Amino acid sequence: MRYAETGVNLEIDLSRGSIEKEGTDPRLTELHLGGLGTNAKILWDRVPPEVEPFSPDNLLIFSAGLLAGTPAPGTNRTIVSTFSPQTLLMAYSMMGGFWSPELKSAGYDKVIIRGKSPSLVYLWINNDKVEIRDASHLQGKGCLETEELIRQELKEPKAQVATIGLAGENRVYMASIEHGRSSASRLGVGAIMGDKMLKAIAVRGTKDINIARPAELFELCNEVLEYIKYRAENPIEGVPPILAGIGAPQEMAIHDEKWHTTNFAWGNARHRIKDFWNEEVEKEWTETAERMQERLVSCYNCPMKCGGTIKYPEHTRYMMKCYSKLTYTMAAMSDLDFGFRIVERAQQYGVDAFSTPQTMAFALELYEAGILTDQDMPGFPSDNEERFFWLLDKIARREGIGDVLANGTYWAARQIGKGAEEYAHNTIKKHEQLPLKLGMLNPIYYLMYCTGEKINITQIEGQFPQAPFPTREEREEFVKDWVQVPDEKFKQYFVDWEPRGEHSNPYYPTIEASCEIVDWQEKMHYIDDATGVCAGLSSFPLKPPYHMHNLPSLISFATGLDIDEAGLWKIAKRNRTLVRAINVRRGMRRIDEKPPEDHWRKRFPELEAKLLDEYYKFQGWNNQGIPTKETLDELGLDYVSEDLEQRGVYKEKKAKVAKRESPKSKKAKVAKRDSKSEKSQGNKE
Amino acid sequence: MKKVKVIKIDVDKCNGCRSCEVICSAFHAAPKYSSTNPERSRIRVLFDPLKDTYVPVIAGEYTEAECNGRDIYTINGKEYDECAFCRASCPSRQLFKDPDSDLPLKCDMCEEEPPLPEPLCVQWCLSDALTYEEREEEGEEEDKPGEMEIGLEALVKKYGLKTVKDTLDRVSKS
Repeated sequence: MRYAETGVNLEIDLSRGSIEKEGTDPRLTELHLGGLGTNAKILWDRVPPEVEPFSPDNLLIFSAGLLAGTPAPGTNRTIVSTFSPQTLLMAYSMMGGFWSPELKSAGYDKVIIRGKSPSLVYLWINNDKVEIRDASHLQGKGCLETEELIRQELKEPKAQVATIGLAGENRVYMASIEHGRSSASRLGVGAIMGDKMLKAIAVRGTKDINIARPAELFELCNEVLEYIKYRAENPIEGVPPILAGIGAPQEMAIHDEKWHTTNFAWGNARHRIKDFWNEEVEKEWTETAERMQERLVSCYNCPMKCGGTIKYPEHTRYMMKCYSKLTYTMAAMSDLDFGFRIVERAQQYGVDAFSTPQTMAFALELYEAGILTDQDMPGFPSDNEERFFWLLDKIARREGIGDVLANGTYWAARQIGKGAEEYAHNTIKKHEQLPLKLGMLNPIYYLMYCTGEKINITQIEGQFPQAPFPTREEREEFVKDWVQVPDEKFKQYFVDWEPRGEHSNPYYPTIEASCEIVDWQEKMHYIDDATGVCAGLSSFPLKPPYHMHNLPSLISFATGLDIDEAGLWKIAKRNRTLVRAINVRRGMRRIDEKPPEDHWRKRFPELEAKLLDEYYKFQGWNNQGIPTKETLDELGLDYVSEDLEQRGVYKEKKAKVAKRESPKSKKAKVAKRDSKSEKSQGNKE
Repeated sequence: MKKVKVIKIDVDKCNGCRSCEVICSAFHAAPKYSSTNPERSRIRVLFDPLKDTYVPVIAGEYTEAECNGRDIYTINGKEYDECAFCRASCPSRQLFKDPDSDLPLKCDMCEEEPPLPEPLCVQWCLSDALTYEEREEEGEEEDKPGEMEIGLEALVKKYGLKTVKDTLDRVSKS
């Protein structure tokens, strides 16, 4: 018997309309756990680097985490992996909610989708019975609406549905996959789903998920719940309220938005308004939030309440989570009322709440600069908020200028030309980043921004405070109950970190310490992404309930594997290195590894080069950021080093590193589609 | 005097996490905690986020016949699902029935020796949507039917005593 996992993947070929159930090799669980780890293994094995994102040969994998559905609180993440139309690299997106525990109960760990359906379909997984069903009647329907319609037509109110909206159908690069209040938003996974003509996947399962060492797991879960209660009563001192607790940032529960509104940049990641938050704003925003929010809501088997039900007067009820509360508001330089109003429509379209508002603010800047004109944007309203609704509609429909903007700021700028490139200033690896513009370079964040392959800082940061506390006493107080550190030395790094002077940014933490801190933070995420433990209870907040000292037991008790800390560290390293190798094979090199140019005002080119040199060495990568043969072989990834060797990757000279600057496949090999979708091939090369 | 055990349910505090379902099914697995499956849980959260209705319902008595008609409650302008507040395992719906055998499920307040301080659904509800109370009431302590008795009674009601007996005889001989 397999424990925690089911040992079965669903293989769906939409071109042929075939459905197969494949048993999986338990050895792969030992090597990669599940979730992201085994997804990466499948993508390495089955998607050669020549395959373009919008090719039928690209795979779209929905995976439950290894522990999804077990009693371990907060293990509910779905990990969606494919290749991104925007970055052309491995796309990495996840969602919480209820979908993956339901998939496990239906008897599967993953749904692996290949090919392209000739017409819009959805997948219905009902325990052993799996069908590809017509979805033509759902074309253009909003995400929440689609979920409801599918449950009704299946007469299965308990089915869990993940779906795309119009944006995904139109292969908008920032299209998300939505599921209730949750969404896999980043890197265009919704566009890939739309390209495969797959509108939704509905799941219903009523089978058992087995636990290997039940009594021990139960006891550990109780400890975790006790710690969650303790942390609820003991917020971390010295950090803004939004960072003091656990869970995803508590945007729904906490109305104090001083930190986001004064530290993050408004508009197209441009304007920092340091005195924005005052009593008047606080009063108005709190009133708005309290008027719109009806209830805090949770994901499967998680005591945190990171989501909220929103009822904007005379609009449909929807659910919101996290920072989407502010991204539209701040991009439009508007207020919270506007934020609540526009997110409903954005969610129905199914778009990423980071990239979309930023792309719209970028368009507005181009308009104000005269680069885009009324000729490019006929009918563009004069009212600021209406402009954002207008742009949102155009992007989701790929109409007019929206067809260009739908490719995100990087590609849109190159298509528009006339100096528009200057305005796409906030991307890494062609993907929009958090709107943060700061002063002094932080060596830890420098490394994370450069080398993080999830291309989203929030998915690799978290365990180490973002900035030093003002006094040594406060720092000493902080480290007292810091049981989560994998090694005592991290406490010293933090205690010695000063806001100013010799022991401050950018030269402290030292290069060596910075490498270790980055490695620790990132590894914790890679573990969560394989197990499906929510980062909100683990790798993301300070002092979380799950950490390096209890995760090995958690995994061992649930699965029956015998994993200790060193073993888990090695698995995380293997998964992390494999993701890097996948991207290296697709052409990613050192030249791509840089933060947005204007992220920090004060830069230190010499130090930065050294940081990167040393970090690569620390990870066992060569000077181009390519994992060395020794590193790969040591991790049991011999087949990877052999492949890289055969491709001549190790023999490249720096000069030879040619960058592919455009996604090639879109014009070629696109099956005939309706006119609405035709428009999505707009990326001029 | 008899002891009455009460789980108080505050629907306004429920966040729909279904931890109660998870831990209930784990507790009632054999061996204990060896599997989870909300479908086997004796508590279910009937919720519809888009209507903002959240109702944790605890499995009550098995009933062989449907009611004469059904009920729909509207409270404070919110319409709840059909029979949402009913605790019965009944032919009108697929709730509180074991997914394999179709036998009815009924809450036993997590009775075991030594007794738990509170049923596990209450312990795992960190939002306090579920809270627990015990009180004394006039009357005699009843013998509660065990798992197997409940199951057998349901079979007898469904197939008649004779069929069940004959089947048992046959099974025990084979």
